[in-house]
Amino acid sequence: MNLQIDNLSHAYSGMKVLDGIDLTIEQGQIVCVIGPSGCGKSTLLRMIGGLELPTSGQVLQIGDPPAGSLNPLTYIFQDFALLPWRTVEGNVSLVLEDHRLPAGRQEEIVADVLARTKLADFRKAYPRQLSGGMKQRVAIARALAVSPDVMLMDEPLSALDSQTRELLMDDLVQLWTREQFTAVYVTHNLNEAVRLGHKVVVLSRRPGRIREIIEIERPIAERQIGDVDLERQQKRLWDLMRDEALAADMELTDA
Amino acid sequence: MPDGNPPVRPVTFRGGGFKPKPVRAAGLVAFALILAFWEIGSRTGWIPSLFMPAPSEAWGAIEDLVETGNLWVHLEASLYRLVLGWGFGTVLGLVVGVIIGLFSIARAGLVPVVSAIFPIPKIALLPLFIIWFGIGEGSKVATILFGVFFPTVIGTFGGVDNVDRTLIRMAQSFGLSWFSIVRKIILPGALPAILSSFRISASIAIILLVAAEMIGAEYGVGAYVLSAGNLMATDQLIAGVAILSVIGLIVATLIGKAERYFLRWRS
Repeated sequence: MNLQIDNLSHAYSGMKVLDGIDLTIEQGQIVCVIGPSGCGKSTLLRMIGGLELPTSGQVLQIGDPPAGSLNPLTYIFQDFALLPWRTVEGNVSLVLEDHRLPAGRQEEIVADVLARTKLADFRKAYPRQLSGGMKQRVAIARALAVSPDVMLMDEPLSALDSQTRELLMDDLVQLWTREQFTAVYVTHNLNEAVRLGHKVVVLSRRPGRIREIIEIERPIAERQIGDVDLERQQKRLWDLMRDEALAADMELTDA
Repeated sequence: MPDGNPPVRPVTFRGGGFKPKPVRAAGLVAFALILAFWEIGSRTGWIPSLFMPAPSEAWGAIEDLVETGNLWVHLEASLYRLVLGWGFGTVLGLVVGVIIGLFSIARAGLVPVVSAIFPIPKIALLPLFIIWFGIGEGSKVATILFGVFFPTVIGTFGGVDNVDRTLIRMAQSFGLSWFSIVRKIILPGALPAILSSFRISASIAIILLVAAEMIGAEYGVGAYVLSAGNLMATDQLIAGVAILSVIGLIVATLIGKAERYFLRWRS
């Protein structure tokens, strides 16, 4: 299934935040969306997954999601959004309970995704007992449990310290190499964008417009820290964004 | 530094404090000290026995109650009213509180009404309740029910309001049904606030119980305290008050246990 964003614009009480966004998200690709703070990138992501309605324009699904997908458009949130009163396995099974799966199937899926995210030993732990990286792994396990067709990731590593971020980035790379999932990955971190993106979409300052779409050819699994090529891409992105980021920094948030 | 060795000294410690630690025995010691002081004061005549009976005299009154079997008669009557009034008041309060929390129309319509009625001392309405529900159990239970209902409503919708919206967005993004979101996200999320409103409503229930029993009851701890007061039997009065205090402590302990069990996911 491909997603197509079609001339999408949005305004909050008269203030334009997104303006004429056209973008295609192709099956099996990670599309990173970057932009200065307040450029509406998270808003765009909420619209792609149907959590918010744009003022004009639309998001189209082209083709059907695969048959086994319980929740084709699945989010991973910056703040993890785990229920503190449920254990690790409870948080994963939460998203399966409404689907009335045949007996035993739910248990199978939970065991499978926890094994894939290396969480099998932490099934009975509560979120407060886990580190930030572990919490995000639980959220990734929860997302995998519903066999998503497109993952919508809203700054998934931004709440983590930089070492944990590296580890989780490696996990994501491995996961993508194995399963070739489709993803829209919103971030303000240029390094994440060049490490994980097939395409990097640069949004301008408010109102967010697409300034440039950069394709990164090198296979995701071969991208390493300190890679000269990636450094150059990252520098180019920063040159594109620098002035806007500076201007965005000077804005009053409620202006 | 002109020569050789600069002075060496450890950095002065200036942190610490502002961090309450549990000191288990202190509460019991405080109770024991007050009772001992009181008992000695009474025996030496420093506290006149007409003003304040000695703890031992009050204990004697409790023993009398146990021997005559009246303790159980009074307790049964009081606990019956308390359980019924608090139970129904809590159930109704939870239902209305959740409805206010979930539906804007209910909120707009009911919150002003709740705010207007909450501060009325419910005991002032007891004569009305007697006309409506009769002089018997009905009016007493209704007084407690009313007194419990409003703080429960306010605590519950406050709790529902404070449920983390990102958790609700998450549930929606995974396609959970409305009913599942209420049951699995909103109610557990509001539970801490609901349980702390129980502490308040339980104390209010005990206060109203005694007040209602003082106005028209044959049995009950409140009736016992009132008749003791009429006879100037201060030892019985203190005994009755002590029984109420123990009821309050037991209720608070039970709620504490419930909090520890249901909120074990918190740190």
